[in-house]
Amino acid sequence: MTHSRPLLTLLILIIAALTIFPVFGDEFYQELVIRLMIMGIFAMSLDLLIGYTGLVSFGHAAFFGLSGYMLAIITPETEAVSIWIALPFCLLVTALAALIIGWFSVRTSGIYFIMITLAFAQMFYYYFNENQYLGGSDGIFIFFKPTIFVGDIQILNLNNPQSFYYFVLTSLIGSYLVLSVILQAPFGQVIRGILANEKRTRALGFNTQHYKLVSFVIAGTLAGFAGFLEAAAGGIISPAHLGWHESGAIMMVVILGGMGTLYGPILGAFVMGFLQDYFQEIWSAHWLLLFGMFIIFVVLFLPKGIAGLFLQTINRKGNGK
Amino acid sequence: MDFATFLIQILNGVQYGFTLFLVASGLTLIFGIMGIINLAHGAFYMVGAYLSFWLFGITESLWIAILIGLPIMIVFGYAIERLAISLLYKRDHLYQVLLSYGLILVLNEMQKILWGSDFNSVPVPDALSISIPMGNQEYPVYRLFVSLVCMVIASSMYIIISKTRLGMMIRAGATHREMTQALGINISRIFAIVFSLGAALAGFSGMIDAPLSSVYPGMGDYILIISFVVIVIGGIGSVKGAFVGAMLVGLADTFGKILLPEFSSMVIYALMALILLWRPQGLFGRPT
Repeated sequence: MTHSRPLLTLLILIIAALTIFPVFGDEFYQELVIRLMIMGIFAMSLDLLIGYTGLVSFGHAAFFGLSGYMLAIITPETEAVSIWIALPFCLLVTALAALIIGWFSVRTSGIYFIMITLAFAQMFYYYFNENQYLGGSDGIFIFFKPTIFVGDIQILNLNNPQSFYYFVLTSLIGSYLVLSVILQAPFGQVIRGILANEKRTRALGFNTQHYKLVSFVIAGTLAGFAGFLEAAAGGIISPAHLGWHESGAIMMVVILGGMGTLYGPILGAFVMGFLQDYFQEIWSAHWLLLFGMFIIFVVLFLPKGIAGLFLQTINRKGNGK
Repeated sequence: MDFATFLIQILNGVQYGFTLFLVASGLTLIFGIMGIINLAHGAFYMVGAYLSFWLFGITESLWIAILIGLPIMIVFGYAIERLAISLLYKRDHLYQVLLSYGLILVLNEMQKILWGSDFNSVPVPDALSISIPMGNQEYPVYRLFVSLVCMVIASSMYIIISKTRLGMMIRAGATHREMTQALGINISRIFAIVFSLGAALAGFSGMIDAPLSSVYPGMGDYILIISFVVIVIGGIGSVKGAFVGAMLVGLADTFGKILLPEFSSMVIYALMALILLWRPQGLFGRPT
């Protein structure tokens, strides 16, 4: 991925702003920004599918929620669990689920792909919704955040909100870099080829099914990482995290931000998050009405999302010289 | 399971299947003909159910409520098609999914503002509030009545689509859009008709279903997801497929609740995954 200079400047400015934010921001907004950064990771993982591979998954929240449930299962009731055990466990289970769901799903395309991913996510939703052992529809609490020890030395105490904030910020930047590297590698070129023209990519000798499946597993696992952070941050995981409303909302974040850009979905997460917060403030009982009208407005009048608007402005300036 | 129970479950499954068919057939027609994925279709079902609840409160008769409610649903569907959906015909499916997702949020909240978040019920009309004995159990006549009405609608739909001039235009528009337009048929009018009729079917399903299930917020979301399962099983765009899919799902769901109570709500999704594995384009779908 090549970054133009204004874009690079913007990204550096955003990272700088996020880095110094906890020094000035009050606790409420610090909590909010943590959630938005997690949403950013989640949205980027979906962008890999929608914006780069051309797979419109309408069940992406399944991996997000599944990983959160895995953290709840592996965290004992009376003490914290080591992150070296919890994180690999959550990611492994999520990757396995993505492999199985993906194996079924990538055989289909277009609207069938949208529907089958939705159906699998609903299966997970109902499984957790009806599992009384895991709290049923109320969800389950996670009383302790994972600990990070090397030997006997605690590297980071996640119970400290500031430490947790920087942990999530590092995760966000790390996820962005990992995805950028993946997309620049030959693998990234092939999946973009699939997006542009699957038949030709296949004719070039690439097993496109195989590449789509790998892309699906990477995206699912990264969504699982976001779900792990979300469950640790909130201390609760419930079936609503895997529901189709969640899948729809994260899709909205990706489109609103601008798909196929990686940084767009992060912008989208922040814009959506602050808008939600704002709508809840001005009409708390029926903020979803305003939110729905906003979505309709964006779809009808801002087809390229916020990143598109931003790039347009840059290009216009560039052409004006 | 004795024979009477078995028979009652079959009847229940078929009746549920018919209700699903009314919603799913509109959904599949709208996709097959207009190429539009309409997530708000379940919300139309919800609007229908609330209309019958509201109009019943005023008129005290379900029949009059349905009679007044149906034209409202048609106008409502027409307005949504003209004001929003028609702007998206040339755009990617992704945007249609999002627009209708936005519509769901708006309609669900409007419902809460107008009618609140309580569970409401509509009584079964007096003339049909009897039961017929079956073995040592009883079966409500209203359920049979609903199946019967749906059967009449399904067959008239079949006749309209396969025998009338309008049906011919609809079928032609679905397979050869440009050619149909070149022959001088106003395709956007056909789209508007199909969409309004689809909305009316979903709304009607919600109206006659209201006495059987309660009328509650979010009821449209549930039926929407099930209807998607139905049309994916049947093959998207095929009305025949929607019928077979609806019956399969209706029966699988009813018997799943008895035979596999712990996994009952997962049964239909597993059924769908299996069928897609065998035929990725659904039972009656055209291969992509």
